[in-house]
Amino acid sequence: MNNALQMLLGKKGLPGLLILAFILLVLFPLTMDVDSLNLTGRFLAFAFVAVGLVLAWGYGGLLSLGQGLFFGIGGYAMAMYLKLEASTPEATAIQTTPGIPDFMDWNQITALPWFWEPFHSLTFTVLAILTLPALFAAFIGFALFTRRVSGVFFAIITQAMVTIATILVIGQQGYTGGVNGITDLRTLKGWDIHTDQALVVFYFATVVLLFAVIALGMWVLSTKYGRILMATRDQENRIRYSGYSVAYFKIFIFALAGFMSGIGGAMFTLQVGFMSPSIIGIIPSIEFVIFAAVGGRLSLLGAVYGSLLVGYARVTFAEAFPQLWLFLIGAVFIAVVMFAPYGLAGLYNTHVRPRVEAFLVRMGWRPGAPPSDTPRAIDPQAAQEARK
Amino acid sequence: MDYSMQDLMAITAMQGFAGLSFFSVLLLMALGLAIIFGQMRVINMAHGEFMVLGAYTTYMVSTLAAGLGPWATEYYILLAIPLAFLSAFLFGMLIELLMIRHLYHRPLDTLLATWGLALIMQQGFRSIFGAREVSPNTPSWLEGSWRPTPMIDIPINGMAIMALTVIVTLGVVWLMYRSRWGLRVRSTMASREMSAAVGINTRWVDRLTFALGCGVAGIAGAAFTMISSTGPTSGTLYIVDTFLVVVFGGAGSISGTVVSAFLIAQGQSILEFFLGSSMAKVTTLLVIIAILMMRPEGLFKSKVRR
Repeated sequence: MNNALQMLLGKKGLPGLLILAFILLVLFPLTMDVDSLNLTGRFLAFAFVAVGLVLAWGYGGLLSLGQGLFFGIGGYAMAMYLKLEASTPEATAIQTTPGIPDFMDWNQITALPWFWEPFHSLTFTVLAILTLPALFAAFIGFALFTRRVSGVFFAIITQAMVTIATILVIGQQGYTGGVNGITDLRTLKGWDIHTDQALVVFYFATVVLLFAVIALGMWVLSTKYGRILMATRDQENRIRYSGYSVAYFKIFIFALAGFMSGIGGAMFTLQVGFMSPSIIGIIPSIEFVIFAAVGGRLSLLGAVYGSLLVGYARVTFAEAFPQLWLFLIGAVFIAVVMFAPYGLAGLYNTHVRPRVEAFLVRMGWRPGAPPSDTPRAIDPQAAQEARK
Repeated sequence: MDYSMQDLMAITAMQGFAGLSFFSVLLLMALGLAIIFGQMRVINMAHGEFMVLGAYTTYMVSTLAAGLGPWATEYYILLAIPLAFLSAFLFGMLIELLMIRHLYHRPLDTLLATWGLALIMQQGFRSIFGAREVSPNTPSWLEGSWRPTPMIDIPINGMAIMALTVIVTLGVVWLMYRSRWGLRVRSTMASREMSAAVGINTRWVDRLTFALGCGVAGIAGAAFTMISSTGPTSGTLYIVDTFLVVVFGGAGSISGTVVSAFLIAQGQSILEFFLGSSMAKVTTLLVIIAILMMRPEGLFKSKVRR
C-alpha cells in the first residue's frame, strides 16, 4: 500500500494527474459551452476503454480488437434501463402493446423478453454495468488464456467476438433495436437527461469516474501483481517456470480492462441519449486501440489525451474535409506505429521531459543533477530480441 | 419445417453450390493470407483492400474493353485476371518496401499499421471510383446456369470461379512446396540467419512473398467481382472471415486453409437456409471459436517447434 501511495502521490504520477485534472475540471468547463462539453464527455467515455487497453495491451501484451464488446455491454445495459423508463404504458399508449419499447412493438413482439425484465431496476442496472463486462471478459480470458491462446490469435478471436455481437444485435432487432439501436431515451429516475444541467452533471461524473479508473490502474501497476504482469508480457515462459500461473494474471487484467470499458459505455449512453451497434463494431473497436496508441500504449494519462485528440481531430476534419479524414487518420496511425510506438507519451518522455527536468533544475526548483532514471518505456520486443 | 427427402437433397445441392462460390472467394482470399500470415507472421489487415484493388482493376479493364467493341467485352476477363494479380502484386511490393519491412520484429504492430493502410486505401477507392458499388460487364459465356434437374440450378459464373480457384490453389501449392523459390521462402521463414548465410537474398524473399500474397488477393478480387458488386468497403466484410479461415486451418498449412475454407463456407451456407443469414453467421463463428479454444493451433498442426 505504501508503494501504491508513492505511485499515486510520488513525483512521477502527481504532476501529470494534476495537469489533466486542471484541464478537465477547470479549463474545459470554463471555456466551453454545454454542447462542446458534452462532446468532450463522449470522447472521455471512449477514454475509459483506452485506459483499459493501456493496461491490457501496453502492460499485459494482450491486444484486444474486441473492446467494443464490453463498451457495448455497459452501454446497452444503461440504454435498456433508460428505454424501459421511457416506455411507460402512458407514453406508449398508441402501440399495439403499450408499455414495451417502441422497436419491440414494431417487430410484433407482444411481451417484454425475460432478459429485459431486471432492467426495470436501477440498482440491478448499475450492478450489471459494473459486473457483466468484467465477468464476460473473465470468461473469454479464461477460455483463451488457459489454452495459451495469445498474441495475434487472441487479437483475431476478440475481433471475431465483436463481429458476432454486432451481427446478433443487428439481426435480433425485435430484442435489441437492430441497426438503429436503442434510441429516444428521455429520463433517468424522472430527471430529463437532455437538459444543459444534466449534461454538465454527466460530464463531471464522467471525469470523476475516469480519474477513479486511472487511479485504479496506477495502483494495480504499482503492486507486485503489476510487475509480474509486465514480466509476463516480456518473458512469459520465464515467469511460468518461476511457478506463476500466467493465465490468471492475464485474465485479471483483461477483466479489469473490460470493467473499465463497461463504465465508459454506460457514461456514453447517458451523454448521447442512445446506443447503437455502430458504436461497438469492428471499426470502433480498432479505433479504441488507435486512441491508446496515439496517447502512448504505456501511459494511462496518455490514453485520455489520445482519445481527446483523435476525437477532436475527427470532428474538426470530418466537417471541414470529409474526404481527407480517412487519409489523415490512416496516416497518423501508420506514423504512430512506425515512428512513435509509444505515442505522445513516448515522445514526451524522450524529447520534452529531459528539457523540462533540466529547466526545473536550472531554475533551482528541483535539487541535484538531472535524474538519470531510465524511461519506463522499454520496448518489449526489442528487449526480447536483445536477449535472444 | 417439413421437407421431403428429395427437397432436402435439392436444398443441400443448391446451398452446397452457393457455398462453393463463397468457398472459392474465401479460399482465394485466405491463400494470400496464408502466405503472408502463415509464412511471414505479418498480419495484413489491408488484405481485404488488396482484394478490392483487384476487383476495381477488373472493373477498369471491363470499362476500357467496352469501348473496344463486343469481342473485347467477351474476353476481357482473361486479361483482367492477370492484371488484377499484377496491380495488387506491385502495390504489395511497394507497401512492403515502405512499411512492412520495418515492422517484421513487431508482429502486433503490423496489424495496427496495416489497419491504417486499409483506411487510406478505402478512402482512395472512394475518391477515385465513388462510393457507389460497381460491377463489371459479365461476358455472355459466363451468364446463365446449368440445370441438371428441374430443382437444381447452378450458375455458370460460380463454376468459372471454382475452376479459377483450383488453378490458383494448385499454382500456389506448386510455388510454395515444389519450386526452388518456395524452398527459399520456407527456409527464410524457418531461419533467417542461416538462409542469409547460404546465400539467399532474404530481403527479396520477404518482398516477393508479401507481394505474392497480395497478388493472390487481387485474383480473389477479380473472382469476387464476378459474383457480387464491389464497393470501397467490400474488403472489410471479408477480413474477419479470412483471418478465421487461416487460423482455423492452422497457420502455415495450405491444406489446412483449403479444408477450413471449405468447412466454414459450406457450414455457413447450409445453415443459412435454415436459420437465416445472420444467425448462420453467428453460429458458424461461435463454432469456430469454440473449436479454436479446444485446439488453439488450428485443425492442421504445423510440425515446427517454436
